Amino acid sequence: MSEATPVKKGKGTVFVRMEICKGCSFCIDFCPTHCIEFSREFNAKGYHFPVLPRPEDCTGCDLCGLYCPDFAIYGVKFKDIEKRRQAAAPEPLVPAQP
Amino acid sequence: MNELPSFDANLEQEFGLINPVMPYLRQDRIPHIWCPGCGIGTTVNCFARALTDSGMDLDKVAIVSGIGCTGRVAGYMNLDSFHTTHGRAIPFATGLKLANPGMKVVVYSGDGDLTAIGGNHFVHAARRNMDLMVVCVNNFTYGMTGGQVAPTTPVGPSQTTMPYGNFENPFNLPFLADACGAVYVARWTVYHVKQLAKALLEGLHKKGFVFIEAMSPCPTLYSRRNRLGDGVDQLKYYKEKSVIRNGADTKEVGIAYQGEIVVGKFVDRDRPTWLDSMNEHYGKVFGDRFTPYGVTDGQE
Ligand SMILES: Cc1ncc(C[n+]2csc(CCOP(=O)(O)OP(=O)(O)O)c2C)c(N)n1
Ligand code: SF4
Ligand code: SF4
Ligand code: SF4
Ligand SMILES: [Mg+2]
Repeated sequence: MSEATPVKKGKGTVFVRMEICKGCSFCIDFCPTHCIEFSREFNAKGYHFPVLPRPEDCTGCDLCGLYCPDFAIYGVKFKDIEKRRQAAAPEPLVPAQP
Repeated sequence: MNELPSFDANLEQEFGLINPVMPYLRQDRIPHIWCPGCGIGTTVNCFARALTDSGMDLDKVAIVSGIGCTGRVAGYMNLDSFHTTHGRAIPFATGLKLANPGMKVVVYSGDGDLTAIGGNHFVHAARRNMDLMVVCVNNFTYGMTGGQVAPTTPVGPSQTTMPYGNFENPFNLPFLADACGAVYVARWTVYHVKQLAKALLEGLHKKGFVFIEAMSPCPTLYSRRNRLGDGVDQLKYYKEKSVIRNGADTKEVGIAYQGEIVVGKFVDRDRPTWLDSMNEHYGKVFGDRFTPYGVTDGQE
């Protein structure tokens, strides 16, 4: 199960499996747009995991995914999700922010 | 202030989204045993990307590891994989390749496994130009057994078997591979994820003995012991101190403690593989009585 930021602000978003993240910060330090940060919360193992406080800057380039040694994060471009959405369901992809 | 991202567990499922590395992993074994900030998992991402980009039939790709933290890769990859004894990944892979010439055989192991106990196999497989892709994750140490000095440890840092600092001259692995006859030699670090993925892709398509060195942090037993910080600090060191020099003379790419790391593709040449040479030789000796063996490589 993943956590996502479905608020469609930037060009893409990331999915984080926070329960397997080991808090190494590779994704955070090498994200080209510096849009992710550590959470304040801990996961069950006691690590901080990445969150997306600046979704407008995420391009969905998946560089974080290529860096993550724990396979705990990956990025997706909205245009790729959109392609899938059109192929599948007509409903809007992303719910409005609560 | 950081907020928890809004939770949408269904989004992935609904659109069939998945971390692109996942199909290449035995997912029941995740989370893996590697330490926080260990770079081995990053090399796995690069390898998975190379496999995707290669378009290869995964039923014809096998991965062979020796023993060590890096040796675990074979156990995590969802490919035909063999976790062999310490140092013997190359001889095992050689047998696998010669019995299944249509298979792409990848050896994925640590610096200690490949160049200490397995050093003899390494030099001879390169000399013979055995058609293998050898990926060496070089973390300057024996990770799995507690941080003993490795043939790759630079002069200076402390290791459990060199508590006052290492004084042994290390191997310059690209030079070793080059001198022994490897047809493709490259070095990248886990900071250079894209270049590493590209080198792995080129290696998958190259026929003959391919050697790719992936510099990777071992924060637990190398960095912290030497007060070099965590994994991410080693990545920052790679970023700062590496210079890309494709085609560099491999004699000049040795690494000093926390010194410059020359990265790039150093060697890319063609030479008959062991099977090519055998076929040619016996063709000459026996003429029509000899049927060439394993000429069509299924992955070419
Ligand atoms: C025949 C034999 N000798 C020694 C060992 C102990 N041993 C296990 S892994 C290892 C070294 C691993 O170092 P490396 O290949 O660099 O892998 P890393 O853990 O650093 O990824 C050693 C000496 C063994 N398992 N078998
Ligand atoms: S997908 Fe790209 S831009 Fe978005 S967080 Fe990951 S590295 Fe940063
Ligand atoms: S790179 Fe992976 S393990 Fe490291 S902090 Fe980011 S999500 Fe967590
Ligand atoms: S001991 Fe070193 S090489 Fe082994 S998993 Fe930990 S950090 Fe990685
Ligand atoms: Mg090692």
